[in-house]
Amino acid sequence: MAATQQSAAVEDSATRPGGASIRSSLTRWFFIGLSLLFLAALLLAPLATVFATALDKGVRAYVRSFADPDTAAALRLTLITALVVVPLNTVFGLAASWAIAKFEFHGKSFFITLIDLPLAVSPVISGLIFVLLFGLHGWFGTWLQDHDISVIFALPGIILATMFVTFPYVARELIPLMQQLGNDEEEAAITLGAGGWMTFFRVTLPKVRWGLVYGVILCNARAMGEFGAVSVVSGHIRGLTNTMPLHIEILYNEYNFVGAFAVASLLTLLAVLTLVVKTLVERTGYRRR
Amino acid sequence: MSKFRQPSVLPGFGLTFGFTTFFLSALVLLPLAALVLMAASMHWSDFVHVVLSPRAIGSYRLSFGASFLAASINLVFGFIIAWTLVRYEFPGRKLIDALIDMPFALPTAVSGIALTTVFAQNGWIGRYLEPLGIKVAYTWIGVTVALTLIGMPFVVRSVQPALLEVQRDLEDAAETLGAGRFYVFRRIILPTVLPALLTGFTLAFARAVGEYGSVIFIAGNLPMKTEITPLLIVIHLEEFDYKGAAALGFVMLVISFVMLLTINLLQAWGRRRLVHSTR
Repeated sequence: MAATQQSAAVEDSATRPGGASIRSSLTRWFFIGLSLLFLAALLLAPLATVFATALDKGVRAYVRSFADPDTAAALRLTLITALVVVPLNTVFGLAASWAIAKFEFHGKSFFITLIDLPLAVSPVISGLIFVLLFGLHGWFGTWLQDHDISVIFALPGIILATMFVTFPYVARELIPLMQQLGNDEEEAAITLGAGGWMTFFRVTLPKVRWGLVYGVILCNARAMGEFGAVSVVSGHIRGLTNTMPLHIEILYNEYNFVGAFAVASLLTLLAVLTLVVKTLVERTGYRRR
Repeated sequence: MSKFRQPSVLPGFGLTFGFTTFFLSALVLLPLAALVLMAASMHWSDFVHVVLSPRAIGSYRLSFGASFLAASINLVFGFIIAWTLVRYEFPGRKLIDALIDMPFALPTAVSGIALTTVFAQNGWIGRYLEPLGIKVAYTWIGVTVALTLIGMPFVVRSVQPALLEVQRDLEDAAETLGAGRFYVFRRIILPTVLPALLTGFTLAFARAVGEYGSVIFIAGNLPMKTEITPLLIVIHLEEFDYKGAAALGFVMLVISFVMLLTINLLQAWGRRRLVHSTR
C-alpha cells in the first residue's frame, strides 16, 4: 500500500509545474546525491566487501573454506536451530494474531507491547536471562546438573535464546495485516456453518498468506543470524555449539578472512533473499487491492 | 464484573489467547523476571558498587553518547533519504528503497566484520580517512558508524509514510503566497513529520544502546575507552559474576522500558496529530 502511494507521490512530483526549473533540479540532485553517498559508504561498501574479501583468494579458496569440518558443523547447528525455532514462532505468531486481530478485549495494546518486548531488549540481555535461569550458578543450575541436563553451553540454550529474540517477528507481520483485512469473510463462514479450524485454514490463511510468508522468512533470517544472545549462551565450543555467526567471529579473530567472509557471504545472500521476498510480497499485496 | 472482551461470533479466543499468554509468559516474562529478581536479591551497596563503578560509567558514556550521536546523524540523513525516496524519481529508486531494510535482515556479526574491513587503515574508505588523521576502526568513531548503520532503517521507515501525509496543496499555496523553501519546510513539512522523526530517532537510539554484534568488531573494546555496556555484561558473565551481569542488565532493561514507553507516547501523539489534520 505504502509502495503504491509512494509511486503516486513520485509521479505527482514529476508532473508538477515548475518541476523543471534549474533551482529545483539542483536541489533534487543534491538530495539524491547526498542519499546515495551516505548509503554507498555505510551500506553498499560493506556489502561489497563481504563478497570481495570472500573471493579475495579465488573461487577455489572460497569453496574450499566450506569443506572445513567446523564450518560444516556450524552450518548444521544453525539449520537445526532455525528448524526448531521458526515453526514454533510461526504457530505462536498465528495464535497471537488471531487473538489480537479478531477480538476486542481490555488491555490489548499493553498485550501487544509485551509481545514486542524482545525487540526492545539488548541481545546480550536476551542471552543473560537464560544463563541466570539455567546456568551453573543460576536458579535451576544445581537441579539441572544433578539430573545431568545441560541447557547453557548446549543446543537447548541456543534454541531458547534464538526463540526469545525472534519471538515477535511473525506476529508483528500478521497482526496489522489481519486487522486491516477485517473479519467479514470469517464471520460469513462461521455464520454459514463452517467450523473454527475450517474457517482458519480456508478463509484466514489464504487471506494473509503473503504476510505470513514474509514473517516466516524474516524470522528465519533473524534466527540464523542472531549473534549477541546466542554468543552469551553458547560457550563457543568449536564444532559443537558454534552457530554460523559465532563461527564467523572465531575465523575473523584467527585472521582467516576468506573463511570468515565466506560464511558471512552465505548469511548476506540469505538477507538479500529476505529482502527480495519482502519486495515481491509487497507487490502482490498491492495487486490484490 | 465488566466483560473482559466484547462478544463475537468468531471462535477460538480462549485457545489462541491462552496459548499466546502461556508462550509469552514462559519464554519472555518469566526469564525477564528472573533477571529483575536476581538484581533485587543483591545488597543495595553491592548493586551500586557494580552499576556505578568507573568502568560501568565509562561504558554508559560510550554506549549512550555514541547511540545519541548515531541517532542524530540518522535523524538528518534518514530524513534526507526518506525525502529523496518519496519525492524524486531516479534510476534505481526502487532498488534503494528495498535496500533500506538491509540492516534489519543482515546478521549483526556480518555488518560488524564488513564495516571494520571497510573502515580499517587499509580499507576502502579507511585509507582515505587515515591521511586526514581520522581513525575510525577501533575508536569511538567506529562505534558510532556501526550504530548509525543499525539505526538507519528505523528513521527512514518512520518518516516515509509521514512524508506522504504532507499536504502538497499547502506547500503550493505557501509558495504562491511568497514563502521561501526553508519557510515551507519549517512551517508545513516539519510539523507534519515531527512525531515520525522523533519516533524514528527513539527507535534508532533504543536499538543502538543494546547493540552488540556489529559494535564489538569495530570497537577496540578497551575498558573505559571503547567498551560498550553490553560487552561489560558479557565480561561479567565470563567471570561467572552472575550478580554483576544481572545488575548491569537490570539497568539496561529499565532504560529499554523507559524508551519503549517514550516510543508508544510519541506514536500516540503522531496519530492524534494526523486525526487533527485530516478533520
